[in-house]
Amino acid sequence: MTVTPEIKLAPEESSIPALLARNARNYGMQTAYREKEFGIWQSWTWAETQGEVRAMALGFLALGMERGDYVAIIGRNRPALYWAMVAAQSVGAIPVPLYQDAVAEEMAYVLDHCGARFVVCGDQEQVDKVIEVQEKVTCIEQILYHDKRGMRKYDHSHMNWLEDVMREGRAAETRFAKELEARTKELTLDHTCVMLYTSGTTGKPKGVVLSNRNIIVTSKNSSEFDHLKPGDEILAYLPMAWVGDFIFAIGQAYWTGFCVNCPESAQTMMTDLREIGPTYYFAPPRIFENMLTTVMIRMEDASPLKRRIFHHFMDFARDVGPKLLDGKDVSLGARLKYRLGHFLVYGPLKDTLGLRRIRVAYTAGEAIGPEIFDFYRSLGINLKQLYGQTEASVFITQQPDGEVRSDTVGVPSPGVEVRIAQSGEVFYRSPGTFESYYKNAESTASTKDAEGWVATGDAGFFEEGSGHLRIIDRAKDVGKLADGRMFAPKYVENKLKFFPNILESVVFGNNRDRCVAFINIDLAAVGSWAERNNIAYSSYQELAGLKRVLDTIQEHVEQVNESVAEDEMLAGCQIHRFLVLHKELDADDGEMTRTRKVRRRIVEEKYADLIDALYGGKDSIYTETEVTYEDGRKGKLKATLEIRDTKVFGAEQKMAAE
Amino acid sequence: MLDTQPDPKSDDGYTTADGRKIGGVAMEMKNITLRFGGVVAIKDISFDIRWGEVRAIIGPNGAGKSSMLNVISGFYNPQEGEIIYKGYRRPRMRPYQVARTGIARTFQNIALFEGMSVLDNIMTGRLHHMKANLFQQALWWGKASREEQENREKVEKIIDFLEIQHIRKTPVARLPYGLKKRVELARALAAEPSILLLDEPMAGMNVEEKEDMSRFILDVNDEFGTTTVLIEHDMGVVMDLSDRVVVMDYGKKIGDGTPDEVRNNEEVIKAYLGVAHD
Repeated sequence: MTVTPEIKLAPEESSIPALLARNARNYGMQTAYREKEFGIWQSWTWAETQGEVRAMALGFLALGMERGDYVAIIGRNRPALYWAMVAAQSVGAIPVPLYQDAVAEEMAYVLDHCGARFVVCGDQEQVDKVIEVQEKVTCIEQILYHDKRGMRKYDHSHMNWLEDVMREGRAAETRFAKELEARTKELTLDHTCVMLYTSGTTGKPKGVVLSNRNIIVTSKNSSEFDHLKPGDEILAYLPMAWVGDFIFAIGQAYWTGFCVNCPESAQTMMTDLREIGPTYYFAPPRIFENMLTTVMIRMEDASPLKRRIFHHFMDFARDVGPKLLDGKDVSLGARLKYRLGHFLVYGPLKDTLGLRRIRVAYTAGEAIGPEIFDFYRSLGINLKQLYGQTEASVFITQQPDGEVRSDTVGVPSPGVEVRIAQSGEVFYRSPGTFESYYKNAESTASTKDAEGWVATGDAGFFEEGSGHLRIIDRAKDVGKLADGRMFAPKYVENKLKFFPNILESVVFGNNRDRCVAFINIDLAAVGSWAERNNIAYSSYQELAGLKRVLDTIQEHVEQVNESVAEDEMLAGCQIHRFLVLHKELDADDGEMTRTRKVRRRIVEEKYADLIDALYGGKDSIYTETEVTYEDGRKGKLKATLEIRDTKVFGAEQKMAAE
Repeated sequence: MLDTQPDPKSDDGYTTADGRKIGGVAMEMKNITLRFGGVVAIKDISFDIRWGEVRAIIGPNGAGKSSMLNVISGFYNPQEGEIIYKGYRRPRMRPYQVARTGIARTFQNIALFEGMSVLDNIMTGRLHHMKANLFQQALWWGKASREEQENREKVEKIIDFLEIQHIRKTPVARLPYGLKKRVELARALAAEPSILLLDEPMAGMNVEEKEDMSRFILDVNDEFGTTTVLIEHDMGVVMDLSDRVVVMDYGKKIGDGTPDEVRNNEEVIKAYLGVAHD
């Protein structure tokens, strides 16, 4: 069993439904949920939330939900779906949120694997998918849905509108109140809180079982670490199936009693962010990158005067802003100038981005470009990094206020022990460490040892002096070049991705004599550049193949080579040849995970012909690629790609000459 | 929406293959003939439109489809024949008068106010539901503010329904074609019509946009029970969407019936779908 320092929690804090009752008692009149619908922010207090969840839980009982049943939840972030999770917990069932954009096949695997008896869907789109899946998956007994639109004609013999379920629940108050109370009361810290499927960069998804102890203790520790309090606001917009969303929008929200805001639709996220102005915010680096790209593109279109003011004050802020945030010494003159800058540039900019009220913001999942990171820090936004994974209930390390840097992921989170194995792999042990992989004892045993240490699969080291953890790469991706020098693809890929024009890159070189790369251009950034320069293009493919685009990308690659050459250990990772892919790497084609991490192995297999061409001597290569459209149909993309040689630096130059 | 539900007492309706109940006759066209000078655009055409159904009018270019739609919407007044609407013979009317009787339409080439936001455009569809006088409107007092709230609520429901929340405040001029079409549909729906006329709702769209639009048309019919008359070139779309189809050629009606009946009708095949030359 896991050996962790015992943390005492009152019985009223031992499950999510218990925390809900506590919040309804303590913060009854404070807003718990908000959702924009029909153009207006609708809100629910904690007391109202308790009522809704109770009605839903009673309704679930009326439908015959048993202890230990698995309840799949599919849809975008909406209060009703969060309530469905808590309601399921209240009757002793286990919620299993799924990625709503998963294709039917992935969904079928998960639903079958957990044996879900109930599926709660957001709307018709998900219901259709579940019905399709039902041909193969026989365990599903009831489909519930939240949005009634388009559902009138469906066969409702095993289907229910969530609203009806709640109505039935209210009507069954007398019949089931005792039963509900009993089931909620028997929940302890050891009961399963939620089961989350990891997207998995390799193989089938695994169901990570997280107990109430995992979630609640982790939420308590992390909330206290960042001094979260009732009255804080977050925007819940990340996939509900992702552990982070569960921790932020349920774990920490219920522990602390802060308000969860749900956007109107996926496309209105940025507007809604601005309207809410959250105080606590999480976004993957990709979103921060996109926001910055949008700002920069819009500044390009601004008047010369505005552009000059913007650049002048941004340059100044880059120097002073982070110091101010870290509470370091700054001269009075600089302070006053920063104030002026805040009035003219930083304030309005933060307001436009919806980040004006941020107290704590986190990013994680991938490395973030130092320029991007510094941009937000210099505006006075307390953006920090954390390092975590599903198996740890998110938190492994995080950066404390005042010790924030772009190249580390911080110190171990409260209650977490971290050690580095001989091989360089990072191990941790914490109260948030998962119970097991569902129906997969083998994987559980290979990931978590008898003492509770979990292998992260990432290679890293503790920096001397600061004691901060630095992550190099996935342990299994770190390899060797043919001549034995170290090969860390992620390190180079991240440097490439920090250019706004480059969306994604994949570097190859394991057991080869030199490195080569695939590049994905960023359609927004390159497209806007093309527009400004009067360059016509009709498709992504055409844009990606333009000579001037390739020239620009080549410049970027050479810049990266130059900076990689400075690092003796990794100088061998310079890129000798590259090509720009004719399509974006996509999760629907299996090239990425749903959390948008590249599946290296699959890309390697799928584009074997391109890799061969990169190592061969040809200048161009013709290729055909199968693509999957959103509705699941397949098509073929044909393209002839140009291959470019790039300049390399230092000792590599000799090799290139040979 | 307003009295668009099929009349349950009416026993002359029918049930569609997917189980929807179609009511009695909403509008009947009797021997309509429309001439422009010597040109006969529509020649002695009769057909009916029933409550709750999706009725398509198809035909080759110049067959008189759009003219027919313009007759229904009151833009043209036929020289001969009569229109029986909700059981009464409809007198000669101006288009705005027809609109007040619960007939809304979209246009083949989009007719939105380009400089106005999507929201404002859709609000114009509520015009007939605003009763406050000029004085009240100017001061936004009494009835005016109350009405605006009610109307905005209706409009927001439609925005939600058609999934255009993200462009609510965007000027129409900045929208791509497919979205403009959707905004136009939204404006027509805002009028809460008894009969919705769609003039080539899918012209110029790509496959994905067509799929979206088809789903919206079906959903509108399903959700609000709106009787829909549509003109469309894309045969696949017409056959999938509609309950009954009128086929026109050179101003004459050459076929009328369910999509299957029409598809197997000799004359229709000859005129429109084409025959193999052997």
